[in-house]
Amino acid sequence: MQAADTLLQLVRSNEGIRAFAERIDAAAAQLRQPLRIMEVCGGHTHAILHYGLDQLLPESIRLVHGPGCPVCVLPQHRIDAAIHLAQRPDTILVTLGDMIRVPGSSGSLQQARADGADVRYLYSPLDSLAIAADNPDKTVIYFAIGFETTTPMTALLLDQAQDRQLDNLLIHCNHVLVPQAMELILAEGGAVDAFIAPGHVSVMAGAEQYRRLAETYGTPVVVAGFEPVDVLDAILRIIQQKGNDIAEVDNAYSRFVKTAGNSKARQLVATYFEPHDDFLWRGIGRIPGSALKLRRAFASHDAEVQLAACCPAPAAEEPGTCLCGSILMGLAHPPECPSFATACTPQHPLGSCMVSNEGACAAYYKYRRHP
Amino acid sequence: MRGTIQLAHGSGGLENQQLIHELFFSAFDNPVLAACEDAALIDMGKMAVSTDSFTVSPLFFAGGDVGKLAVAGTLNDVAMRGARPQYLTAAFIIEEGLDMDILRRVVASMKAELAATGARIIAGDTKVVPRGAVDELMINTTGFGTLVKDCHAGRIAAGDHVIISGDIARHGACIFAAREEIAISGLTSDCCSLWPAIAPLLEADLDIHAMRDATRGGISAVFNEWAQQTGLTFNLRQDDIPVSSEVRGFAEILGIDPLILACEGVFILAVAPEDSTAVLNLLHRHGHPRAALVGVVESSPEPATVLLHSAYGTRRRLEYPSGEILPRIC
Repeated sequence: MQAADTLLQLVRSNEGIRAFAERIDAAAAQLRQPLRIMEVCGGHTHAILHYGLDQLLPESIRLVHGPGCPVCVLPQHRIDAAIHLAQRPDTILVTLGDMIRVPGSSGSLQQARADGADVRYLYSPLDSLAIAADNPDKTVIYFAIGFETTTPMTALLLDQAQDRQLDNLLIHCNHVLVPQAMELILAEGGAVDAFIAPGHVSVMAGAEQYRRLAETYGTPVVVAGFEPVDVLDAILRIIQQKGNDIAEVDNAYSRFVKTAGNSKARQLVATYFEPHDDFLWRGIGRIPGSALKLRRAFASHDAEVQLAACCPAPAAEEPGTCLCGSILMGLAHPPECPSFATACTPQHPLGSCMVSNEGACAAYYKYRRHP
Repeated sequence: MRGTIQLAHGSGGLENQQLIHELFFSAFDNPVLAACEDAALIDMGKMAVSTDSFTVSPLFFAGGDVGKLAVAGTLNDVAMRGARPQYLTAAFIIEEGLDMDILRRVVASMKAELAATGARIIAGDTKVVPRGAVDELMINTTGFGTLVKDCHAGRIAAGDHVIISGDIARHGACIFAAREEIAISGLTSDCCSLWPAIAPLLEADLDIHAMRDATRGGISAVFNEWAQQTGLTFNLRQDDIPVSSEVRGFAEILGIDPLILACEGVFILAVAPEDSTAVLNLLHRHGHPRAALVGVVESSPEPATVLLHSAYGTRRRLEYPSGEILPRIC
């Protein structure tokens, strides 16, 4: 605990934060034009607002919030699938906390649970193993969600389900990939000059995975941690790249992130999963190769194959009463949405950005509603 | 008495009488209780009254147990109003099959905690319910205290200094860690009776406007309640809020904000600015060495709110805790 405390003191120290803020000021003064930096990860959005880091930046540096919350980008038809699956007889649907509250086209898992469905949330996907073993007469479906950070755990779950011959354990896979979403934003002319790349995702997938993006689009990408000094350090490195007219991948979170990532985890993921041809992101649209599905060899554990009737096909983009789509693309700030903090609140979310704790709207609601 | 609690222990018959006399009366012995009438008679002037029900899992935790909580928790609420805690009622709702030794330990702990304030239990009740109807044991207590100095949120004024009596979030962190089987050495609940610290403050005739103990919802709930009740803004300096390194580590591991975690032995005071140093000195001398001045109250042209100021020049709202963040803890 002592060592952790010391490390935290370093990356959260008031002196460190002030020093970085000053260096950012000086470096930004040399820039020829303003800079729009997108943080792709919801954890970064949260850290920026929690610590008020945007308040420390000069006007020429604007932070925009990207599609970095896996719950927020999930389209309604997949949430509907979770609800339909949960409503099957003799079924236990398990998933991670935030998913329970997300509204589908009618109702949420929370409501399905209140109406009698057996819906449970887990801290670890591996807890599904015990549930499946204890309930051999029931189908246990793990509704898997998350970016590259959580995918290895789902792969491990599948690995152990095979080992233990838990044939009643199925997986509904909704794992999405960060670089493909970043590329779409650049390709579609999103309002972004540089990226702060996610820390935890990169621990697993490696800093290397952004290289093509930086080279093809001439966009600086800096991998960052989640403490205030980490984020400010990444912003400074981006400004310095811009000032020197270079665009490359830089790793400002090298205490945890390796260039190649966690090779064991990557191997496990590659064993069990392959890219979807096409995956619909809420508010953004279809992105080729941007999500993972179970390989055909493991179809016996794939809820989308075994229980296809419960899994509706992608519908046309749902009618929006909020600006979630533009917010996820970095084109709008949460307070610019007419529903923000009026019709749409964390207690009664209209859009997915308000549902998850990591959503940009939820972060603004939490930290910036009044002042 | 040995063995386990049976439904007969709550049936009003012989076993019920045995339990009351051998366990409760012998522990909580006093003339009012010993009169054995349907109601207790007490003689009081203007009094403060508070009631609360206590259920916690596990029943015993580092730094306390459900019995200590049931006595300290209710009497602390009485003390927060500026009243001297004097009497307590206690109702026990017991799950059939509870080990008699567990009940005995809880009662002994209540007796010990009563000694901290000198308050007496003057009325009580025992119910035994079938298995599953309650989780082991639930205790309801109602506390009565004679008003010494009328402290309430209505007296908080712009310019008041805000003091926190100790390092926060220990109870919430301790219970959560116990439930999730996370071992953090040195992490204990702060559960304690606050009257021994309040008495000298009231005697010293300091201009204390309001006090509130930060239980469920933590200090965030108290400040947000006060902001709503008074229409004033509470400006707090983040770095001055005392947090132990154990709690900081726990909060870090689980990503939980200590500001919304429960305390059971920490209270917040709003005091006239000229008296804040004297209040701090008394708290330091009477068992609360980490008491700290953490902010000031201001009149607010904007909607009343609670603002946390960082030492590096930024500020953010301290939100009202919302939703089911943690399992029930008290």
